[in-house]
Amino acid sequence: MARAATTTDVFNAVAEPRRREILDLLAGRELSVNELVRPLGISQPLVSKHLRVLREVGAVEVREDGRQRLYRLNGPALKPIYDWVKRYERSWSERFGRLDSVLDELKEKEGGGRDE
Amino acid sequence: MATIALPEDEQILITREFDAPRHLVYRAWTTPDLVKRWWSGNRGEMTVAEIDLQVGGAWRYVMVTDDGSEVAFHGEYREIIPNERIVSTEVYEGMPEGEALDTVKFTERDGRTTLSILVQHASKEARDAHIASGMEGGMQEGMDLLEQVAVSLR
Repeated sequence: MARAATTTDVFNAVAEPRRREILDLLAGRELSVNELVRPLGISQPLVSKHLRVLREVGAVEVREDGRQRLYRLNGPALKPIYDWVKRYERSWSERFGRLDSVLDELKEKEGGGRDE
Repeated sequence: MATIALPEDEQILITREFDAPRHLVYRAWTTPDLVKRWWSGNRGEMTVAEIDLQVGGAWRYVMVTDDGSEVAFHGEYREIIPNERIVSTEVYEGMPEGEALDTVKFTERDGRTTLSILVQHASKEARDAHIASGMEGGMQEGMDLLEQVAVSLR
């Protein structure tokens, strides 16, 4: 199976642990590259490289603020990942819904007795 | 409340509570005619539910989806404690090289039963492929964000 290029596929973009850490750090606040360097413990050029990948898939947005550039998370770009799990979850949810009906019937057959 | 969680890179943990004592949940889980009524959910019709409930015994489930394609799983029972615990292997026949080990536990409290299914894959790639196997859009590779995800079902 052909592997989608990292730069075009949000799944691959977040497959890198450092990039997931960056997304965690950017959740709920804007940070500059330098503010990301310390908690990540990696070099500034490397942080910039990861940010570039995340920007290319839309997971991170940037704006100019005076002399610095501030990065922030763009949640909607991560939706395909959410949808991916959601679908798996839904099939189990439907399955369990049916199991509920089967169990109701079994309980009735036992004469409504809850205790063994 | 039911949850799907990914406690480790190679694992999927599915938990759900049922308003029934555990011997009934166990019965619904292990009786072919009953399994046929719920296992395929709303995704299709179950055509095969074979269960040889003994250690070393085989199981096989086949479902025909609404668009006519067949989805089949099989495995072997490794450990059986009636009304408590079932350990079995699981192979999705569309991807026969990826075998998972499933541990299903039934825990009763106040007449209600918590069912937990721990699916242990050999690798994260196999785990992700398993999750993706139910998807229309085909498989996604390189997926790793989910280790922290725990989604509430309802």
